[in-house]
Amino acid sequence: MSFRQLAIGVTLAWLALFVLAPHILVLLTSLLSPDTQQLASYPFTLESYVRLWEPVYASAFWQSFWLSLLTTGICLLIGYPFAWTLARLPKLPRALLLFLMMVPFWTNSLIRTYAIKLILGAKGLINSTLLSLGLIDAPLQLLYTPFAVIFGLVYILLPFMVLPLVTTFSKLDNRLLEAARDLGATRLQRFMQVILPLSMPGVIAGSLIVFLPAMGMFYVADLLGGAKNLLLGNIIKNQFLVVRDWPFGAALSITLIVLMGLLLRFYALANRRINRQGGLDDNAL
Amino acid sequence: MPDSILVLSGITKRFDREEVLKGFDLTIKDGEFFTLLGPSGCGKSTVLRLIAGLEQADAGSIRLAGHEIATLPAERRPVNTVFQSYALFPHMNVFDNVAFGLRMSGIAREEITPRVNEALAAVRLSDYAQRRPHQLSGGQQQRVAIARAVVNRPRVLLLDESLSALDYKLRRQMQIELKQLQRKLGITFIYVTHDQEEALSMSDRVLVMDQGRAMQIGTPREIYEEPCNLFVARFIGEINIFSATILRPLGEYRYLAQVNGVEKTLRFEQQAAAGDEVHVLLRPEDLRVEYIADAPVDRSGYVGAVLERNYTGQTLDSLIRLESGQDLLVSEFFNEDDPDIDYRIGERVWVDWVAGWEHVIAKESW
Repeated sequence: MSFRQLAIGVTLAWLALFVLAPHILVLLTSLLSPDTQQLASYPFTLESYVRLWEPVYASAFWQSFWLSLLTTGICLLIGYPFAWTLARLPKLPRALLLFLMMVPFWTNSLIRTYAIKLILGAKGLINSTLLSLGLIDAPLQLLYTPFAVIFGLVYILLPFMVLPLVTTFSKLDNRLLEAARDLGATRLQRFMQVILPLSMPGVIAGSLIVFLPAMGMFYVADLLGGAKNLLLGNIIKNQFLVVRDWPFGAALSITLIVLMGLLLRFYALANRRINRQGGLDDNAL
Repeated sequence: MPDSILVLSGITKRFDREEVLKGFDLTIKDGEFFTLLGPSGCGKSTVLRLIAGLEQADAGSIRLAGHEIATLPAERRPVNTVFQSYALFPHMNVFDNVAFGLRMSGIAREEITPRVNEALAAVRLSDYAQRRPHQLSGGQQQRVAIARAVVNRPRVLLLDESLSALDYKLRRQMQIELKQLQRKLGITFIYVTHDQEEALSMSDRVLVMDQGRAMQIGTPREIYEEPCNLFVARFIGEINIFSATILRPLGEYRYLAQVNGVEKTLRFEQQAAAGDEVHVLLRPEDLRVEYIADAPVDRSGYVGAVLERNYTGQTLDSLIRLESGQDLLVSEFFNEDDPDIDYRIGERVWVDWVAGWEHVIAKESW
């Protein structure tokens, strides 16, 4: 067996054993009936998928969707100008700043979430600072709010927005901006007409890799938002560990996977369109 | 000067302390096709970018039609550039690319469409308005870039090595089109190139630059036939250089001189005294070759041996090594009736120049 065949074989075996098989198990579980004793039992049924439409889960889904969307929006607002500045820096400071941005990844994100809890708590850094400055009389309720969850999600996911944007901006041909200046475009016009449309691939890529994990980061919502089932990931976790309704938890998981798949498909389509046409279609005339 | 459109004076530009231009002056006449010619790194592109406003001068003034523009940002200068890389916007079709400048300056939509169509017609791309830049050939992209610039009716159009990316045949064709377009539009063109053939064939006037300094400014003919120094002589076309010593003045700028061991009469439009050293510059086509047997006894030419013959189609180019050891490049046009100009390699021949076709300059240290 050649090295090439071996490498591919090992990878395929790994994927089959640890990715494909578990997913098939999850899919099968989602089609079984709930059973508190044995976790799941026959007969096969679509009962769990029907329950997805119950108002309580639909609203939880929407809440999760909006939280993730808001997180993505904030990451974009912070990350876009940051990535632009970073991409325009000379090589050395750019590499240094990118490195500094990656340093927190050396620490597990669960531990970092605990750290945020300490910062946001009633006796945390923010409240004690504001109290000692006399700006507030009583500690603010920061922890266990949607704000805290978004704060944590943005903190953890921001680098994933910045990295694809830096890549996009680095590839942006500076001569196009010079041409736009030469043709009379002001700073704002250059941004709206050239930079923004040409950075769309990075914006879409960054948004997807922030939005998709944000939907499932249950531990951030658990630690910072309290036990409120804020994210889809929390509901799934609770179905498996608390309610012990494995089929329903599995059905939720499958739904989330399908949703992510659709979004990735959308991204691939948008990207191909941008690449083929050299940009977003703006033939308004 | 009443007919000047653009006046650069005392321009100094440094990049990282290195002085690219120092006290650079230039006056461009209204409506002329002006070319900045020089080797890469001579500062010619910097001059163009300073005019466009894409670089800021460290000192000096740039006046366009009497107004100081050195302090204006690029987007407010009434000049446009055709970039070497074309720099077409990849996310817009041809029409939107050409309309870009007009839209930026807030021109009414009813006016934009006819003006863009007119510009596209001028570069013969009317049928390509809806295409994207990457769907066009290099020559077509080049023409879009030109249309995108001229549609704004700039006072001065700047072209930065705009044809260098095209293949030879297309480049020749675009040279002619560019020249025709310039005549039709009546816009002043400032063209930057390192290609001397391009510069000579298109320009009304040429400035030869080297290391941030102006070497010579003049018509293509002046530059080619009367180079003012060895750099210009060598940069433009092929040149043969003889060292000569003045023996005595003959009056009316004519001198008897010792040229490579032979006494010759030279025309030199400067004051010179006996013993002064000069360079005699001769283009390959200024020289004539004869068989030894055909050379008249009184001819004051040189004897040499044919080292190489190179048939180019139009001319026969020969490399001849003189007895003094110097190599000469000779270029002779074919004459159907004259079968003479076919020499064997190694054959000994006479070489001389057509009297009066020599160009003499003062001696420079090499």
